Amino acid sequence: MAERERRLTPPYGGVFVARTRVMTADDMKRATKRMAHEIIERNQGLDDLVVIGLQTGGVPLASRLCDALELIDGTEVPVGCVDVAFYRDDIGLRPVLPETVTDIPCDLDGRTVILVDDVLFTGRTIRAALDALSDYGRARAVQLAVMVDRGHRELPIRPDYVGKNLPTRRDEAVDVTADGVDLGEMVK
Amino acid sequence: MSKNSNNNATNRKATVPESAGWILTGGRVVDRTGERIADVAIAPDGTIAAVGLDLDLKALGLTKAPVLDITGCVVSPGFVDIHTHLREPGREEAETIESGSRAAALGGYTAVVAMPNTEPTIDSVAVVRQVLDAGLAAGLCDVRSSASITLGREGDALSPMAELAAAGVRIFTDDGCGVQNDRLMRRALEYASGLPEPVVLAQHCEVEALSHGGHMHEGEWSSRLGIPGIPAEAEELMVFRDIALSRLTGMAVHFQHLSTKGAVALVREAKASGLNVTAEATPHHFTLTHAEVASYDPVFKVNPPLRTAEDVAAVKAGLADGTIDAIATDHAPHTDDVKEAPFDHAPCGMLGLETALALGITELVEPGVLSMTEFIAKMSWNPAAIARLDDVHGRNVEAAEPAHLVVFDPALEWAVDPSALASKSNNTPYAGRVVRGKVRHTFLCGVPTVLDGEAQR
Amino acid sequence: MNRPVTNPRHGRLRSLLSISDLGPDVATGISEVMTLTDSFVEVSERTIPKVPALRGRTVVSLFFEDSTRTRLSFETAAKRLSADTMNFSVSTSSVKKGESLRDTIETIEAMGVDAIVVRHASAGVPRQIAQWATSAIINAGDGWHEHPTQALLDCYTIRQRLGDITGKRIAIVGDIRHSRVARSNVAAFTALGADVTLVAPPTLLPPSLEGWPVKVSTDIDAVLPTVDVCYMLRMQRERMTEALIPTIREYSARYGLNERRAELLPDHALIMHPGPMNRGVEIDAAVADLPNTVIVDQVRNGVAVRMAVLFLLLGSGTTWGGEADV
Repeated sequence: MAERERRLTPPYGGVFVARTRVMTADDMKRATKRMAHEIIERNQGLDDLVVIGLQTGGVPLASRLCDALELIDGTEVPVGCVDVAFYRDDIGLRPVLPETVTDIPCDLDGRTVILVDDVLFTGRTIRAALDALSDYGRARAVQLAVMVDRGHRELPIRPDYVGKNLPTRRDEAVDVTADGVDLGEMVK
Repeated sequence: MSKNSNNNATNRKATVPESAGWILTGGRVVDRTGERIADVAIAPDGTIAAVGLDLDLKALGLTKAPVLDITGCVVSPGFVDIHTHLREPGREEAETIESGSRAAALGGYTAVVAMPNTEPTIDSVAVVRQVLDAGLAAGLCDVRSSASITLGREGDALSPMAELAAAGVRIFTDDGCGVQNDRLMRRALEYASGLPEPVVLAQHCEVEALSHGGHMHEGEWSSRLGIPGIPAEAEELMVFRDIALSRLTGMAVHFQHLSTKGAVALVREAKASGLNVTAEATPHHFTLTHAEVASYDPVFKVNPPLRTAEDVAAVKAGLADGTIDAIATDHAPHTDDVKEAPFDHAPCGMLGLETALALGITELVEPGVLSMTEFIAKMSWNPAAIARLDDVHGRNVEAAEPAHLVVFDPALEWAVDPSALASKSNNTPYAGRVVRGKVRHTFLCGVPTVLDGEAQR
Repeated sequence: MNRPVTNPRHGRLRSLLSISDLGPDVATGISEVMTLTDSFVEVSERTIPKVPALRGRTVVSLFFEDSTRTRLSFETAAKRLSADTMNFSVSTSSVKKGESLRDTIETIEAMGVDAIVVRHASAGVPRQIAQWATSAIINAGDGWHEHPTQALLDCYTIRQRLGDITGKRIAIVGDIRHSRVARSNVAAFTALGADVTLVAPPTLLPPSLEGWPVKVSTDIDAVLPTVDVCYMLRMQRERMTEALIPTIREYSARYGLNERRAELLPDHALIMHPGPMNRGVEIDAAVADLPNTVIVDQVRNGVAVRMAVLFLLLGSGTTWGGEADV
């Protein structure tokens, strides 16, 4: 689970205890490369594409995805990040503070945004991110890339590019780092 | 010994109901002769019938008198507050003479001197009579009236002092402010020295040119809180002036609510040089400091303002060495309404009658600043002498003396609850404070105004 | 001094009444606000400078004393957070006519509000109000006491231009005695480890500086070459009638920041002023327009800082410097 969500999802805090490694660093690299190919294929190139990572777990993935795209296509893709703290639907219910300042590298009008996050869970963060993006302009399309889709959606949101579909229990936790993806539990 | 005050005491007897007398057993009797364990028998006529151990009730004709066991309690002459704001006439929503008298009785007081800053000002015989009559009607406390030095307390012209003195006034004061005009103050003292009655001029010492616009003590806390301050010197300059004028005129001057180290030192020096000056201090000036104002709660707004810890220590030292003769409450009721204003808009003043005894015991007697006898001296016979009431109040607990008595438990611990006070107002700064010492019974002319902590009317 | 206020609708909240309310460790509290302000500066720079963070919350500005600038700044901040704003203007005269402060507050609260931004000519009023209110109270200036959001925006502006405030030398020049801005700024700057010097004639200093970790000088020319920030306070003409200064002319000559004095400042040093300026009194017209004069930045940052304060109090679910109660 993303660091942000780990801190913000009740019970707050706690320590992630890994049980199973579900993806290795190499698995992630291959998945990233595959998703890059899918993005290029689906969008017929990289014209007017911009990659936006969700704070905080999506940010390193976004930059790795950009590197992969550039390697394949030779085109440099603008990359940014968005923090959705001010757009969440649980403001006032739980501690919500932005991790970093949102950085959108260009006007989004008419562009295709590839939104990147590490784990797709309830879909609420993505909903907030879509709201945030609309404040930066009217994107032609927004597509969603995630490293892990763990299910349990609470909103009608589906990813366009998935590193790995991972069936989980609701009370489990997923931790994505540069070293790999682990399944485990949060322990208070 | 004034004829008028005697008349008042005689009149009062007519208004109180007949009784079979009272017997107080096992109490610690404290008066100016010292301290002893003795029973006190109160005769139906309102005087003390006898004091001693193994009283012969049959011989005294008091076999039907109810007996109150007051073992562990102190019995002493009733307290005398020479600085009480009863608010009537004019501000009856804050206090009436009746509610104020009840608060006084519950505080152990058998006499209070009403301050003249009423509406209208007590500067005429008519208003004095109104106050005295209302006090008699309430029948809870011997209510005396002061009168203003200047008409309307405006500092311009003298009040008719001779007429007022003839009507029973013994203390003249413009309390709420000091007489600013040096020459007028000199004339007031000179004129008063020629009156047939023994009167005293009491001064609220505050040079307005220095205090103007201030709302708390000027110093560390006023600077931090951004509240305009009143320097200690505003008080000290007027103390200095009035000492000089006392020397010039030979007239007695009483200093009200001394609050600064410098003012205490000036009075000490004046007394040492043989001048006829007396002084009082309030419980809040020996208990609280300006740090309380950090809450911005106007309940801590008072004039003179709460001062520094050093000033509090000086006031205590002044009480201990006799520089300060009396403890006076400066009981100043205000409705919640006017006290829930911004600090600089709120009026000055705090309640005092029902907490003075406990604060004295907690802050002065228990820490050893004063002995119990010294403390009661400052609550009873010393203020009685200053207010020229010593013909009937603050008398020794002896046969044939008027039975103005207080019985209090010096060890009883209680928490101050503003809503439980008898005063019509709630502006006590001690809400929630745990203190020791509570009145059990108060007798006025032998009749209980308070029995077992309950006001009797 | 941190009195938590519980609002049944939003859990535990606190009020911002003075700089010391920013937590047991004031420096950490200020840093938290600064970090959050960065995000709101970004929001303010967008084409649509608005986020839905405080949708459905109501912020009331209750100004007992006129201050169009501060009120506009707070209202802009609230609106950029999508909060509803109400303006309850009370003329000082109606208060003097005996209107009870408590009645006013209870009336406003009955309408169901979340935060009340209070400006009052009397010190301590926000603290008094916080005792009666269940909503968050934000002090927008109380008498000579404090103006905490001004200090926060000043800290932000200095940090934006000069980086970390620790060790910076800051001179605050002018009428310190009557200045709520000075009190809040001294508290904030010194908490952050700045070296603060007050420069004023003795009549315009507080009667006691006990407990103020500051230096004092009456010689502005000697202080200016040593500072990183020169903070000029507004000089009011009525100080003359109170005999605190002989004349405005003499004050300007001794303490005004004119072109000659601005030359004494190191090249990097900032010139700040809380506004509104009296050009020609405490600051010369030409000095007010120098590149190192950051008065416009202060105003701009004011909106973002106030967004941060409103969000922290109403939206973040956190308490100052501590864990949230859930």
